[in-house]
Amino acid sequence: MKLLLHNRSMLPGVILTIVFAGAAIVSLVWVPYDITILNIADRMKTPSLIHPFGTDQFGRDILSMIMVGARTSIAVALVAVGIGMLAGVPLGLAAAARRGSLPDEIIMRTNDLVFAFPSLLIAVMITAVFGASALNAIIAIGIFNIPVFARLTRGAALTLWSREYIMAARVAGKGPARISVEHILPNVTNLLIVQGTIQFSLGILAEAGLSYVGLGAQPPTASWGRMLADSQTMISLAPHLALFPGLAILLTVLGLNLLGDGLRDLLDPKLRRART
Amino acid sequence: MGRAMRLNKFGSGLISVLALAASIGMADAKSDIIVAMQLEPPHLDPTGAAAGAIDSVLYSNVFEGLTRFGPDGSVNPGLAESWTISEDGKTYTFKLHEGVTFHDGSDMTAEDVKFSLDRARADDSANAQKALFAGIENVSVVDPQTVVVTLKEANSSFLFNLAWGDAVIVAPETVADIKTNPVGTGAFKFSDWVQGDRIDLERNPDYWGTPAKLDNVTFKFISDPTAAFAAVMAEDVNAFVGFPAPENLPQFEADPRFQVLVGSTEGETILAMNNKLPPLDNVKVREAIAHAIDRQAIIDGAMFGYGTPIGTHFAPHNPDYVDLTGSSQHDPELSKKLLAEAGFPDGFETTLKLPPPSYARRGGEIIASQLRAIGIETEITNLEWAQWLEQVFRGKDYGLTIVSHTEPMDIGIYARPDYYFQYGTPEFQKLFAAITSENDPEKRSALLKEAQEMIAADYVNAYLFQLAFPTVADARIKGLWKNQPTQATDLTAVSWEE
Repeated sequence: MKLLLHNRSMLPGVILTIVFAGAAIVSLVWVPYDITILNIADRMKTPSLIHPFGTDQFGRDILSMIMVGARTSIAVALVAVGIGMLAGVPLGLAAAARRGSLPDEIIMRTNDLVFAFPSLLIAVMITAVFGASALNAIIAIGIFNIPVFARLTRGAALTLWSREYIMAARVAGKGPARISVEHILPNVTNLLIVQGTIQFSLGILAEAGLSYVGLGAQPPTASWGRMLADSQTMISLAPHLALFPGLAILLTVLGLNLLGDGLRDLLDPKLRRART
Repeated sequence: MGRAMRLNKFGSGLISVLALAASIGMADAKSDIIVAMQLEPPHLDPTGAAAGAIDSVLYSNVFEGLTRFGPDGSVNPGLAESWTISEDGKTYTFKLHEGVTFHDGSDMTAEDVKFSLDRARADDSANAQKALFAGIENVSVVDPQTVVVTLKEANSSFLFNLAWGDAVIVAPETVADIKTNPVGTGAFKFSDWVQGDRIDLERNPDYWGTPAKLDNVTFKFISDPTAAFAAVMAEDVNAFVGFPAPENLPQFEADPRFQVLVGSTEGETILAMNNKLPPLDNVKVREAIAHAIDRQAIIDGAMFGYGTPIGTHFAPHNPDYVDLTGSSQHDPELSKKLLAEAGFPDGFETTLKLPPPSYARRGGEIIASQLRAIGIETEITNLEWAQWLEQVFRGKDYGLTIVSHTEPMDIGIYARPDYYFQYGTPEFQKLFAAITSENDPEKRSALLKEAQEMIAADYVNAYLFQLAFPTVADARIKGLWKNQPTQATDLTAVSWEE
């Protein structure tokens, strides 16, 4: 706890993350206004006490839209990071355990192949082939998360494999699969958590980008990226339409990056030693 | 002080140089114009595709027909100087203008007219509006300046039909390359097409009629509404016809650099329903959907107030229009009752496929919300035009869609059972046949009204509003069409103010 307060980037990161995660969770049970009901007569109202963030071009409450949009963003990014971890970590562990073998080569070169394409391009390709929807956005973002985790896991696991306690485990007769799960995995978890936070913020950005070009969540699902795209031509007419979703994306990504930084400082033993 | 004076002198000198440069620039601009529009034509043959963008560039500018539409939708003489109609209404004798040449220098004669009309009505013709020519029995050449067209039956709208972009006169020698190198008789010649960017036209010095005032015309294609706004604001284009973002119009109106023309179109914007797809094949379900829709909310929310509510597939500015909006007034309670009677007390699910224009995308969200209020859940899919034509228009794989029908007098599409909303009942076909063969204007008007009432009573589609046609142009441009009686950007009378 003391450490948490000592770390300057940790606190704002935690606060921002809690605010947006909280908004998303609250939106599951309550939002100020139902966003599926359009009220054309009340459209493009500037922020007021009744609508703290104003209303959009269809008269929907922007605060409610942001809350539901947070849910969309977080759900997409969370599942996408989940896909990346679930597929990437075992691949990385396997590659490290059979270092230099054919499976290692196949896994890592396939990773290179996925890495070679800009991530957003892969996402555009997938949504273009299978149609635009939140699910396809998740799959697309998830796929380019796989090599990130595979590579990270393999790199960290390789250094661990040369440690003495791993030797001891091998002498004791444990197979590579068991060693990977029992001894390697717990020791790379810190790294994975930090990377997961960073990938999570990238996932939110990617979802916003895909929705912005119309390839993410389809209406009536609220999405920050689509809110930005829809308000684009009205920016001179009603700037608050673009301001609030833009701020939401900015602050969430900033918060997650600060949190990731803080977590790294906190969890990395080398940095911890340097500090004390 | 002295230094400031010198600077001042230098400053004013600079300003006069700039003013000189600006006046030279303006003198250049006086004879050229850059007109932007949203959609690029797929090719340049107005007689070979339904795409309205082809006519938007070429109609009257490059290609002309025997008759032509005026800015108010009237049918005026085109390449035909005059005509006589026989007593029984079946024989039209057209007298052609003398001295008309195609852009390649060859003469336009009666032979070319015969070729063009025969080509359009041939069995293997690719013409998108073959129905316009279906009534022609024979086209014969009397002399190079005279053509006689014989019809199977009297057709009161034959001269109107000949004014369509699909009925323009082409030359047999150049028709093979028409898709990339259109050769017509108009006041402008085609000069260049940079695909994905622009089409250039230049003045035809040998034009037979009143020559165009502009030397060069560039059509630029800007599909993104934000880019469209930026291009007009930065004066990169001199005019934008069919401006895609109605929300920006008040801003242009307030700016003295621009003029904003909001005209009427032939664009009936409808929520089309797949009349063969259950449960939309049930007239009660379609009636329920029609009553669930609040037209004014769609006009305000999607078009920022630009648009006229319609209750049938007919243009409100037409003298034969009947206002039937009352038969499908906004009444969600009635809708729920009708759905229950049809056997769907809890509503149902269907698809709503939306093409790119903002009337469809924004209107779709509003309609989805209005349908949800009566229990109908829609799955929205946003499509590009090519996908929409493939899936919806040709494939008929949809429940609901929103589209604007911009062809003039196109109520005849309801007589076609294979048309994408799949109506075409025998009763309507009979009625439409009677309209086509009726020569008496009063009886014809009565039949047209009956047709409007029939499709409204059958709730074939939900009729939303008549599309407005906004043009934003430099305030110094004169002679632009305000209304869109047909899809056209007739620049033959356009000029810069002195």
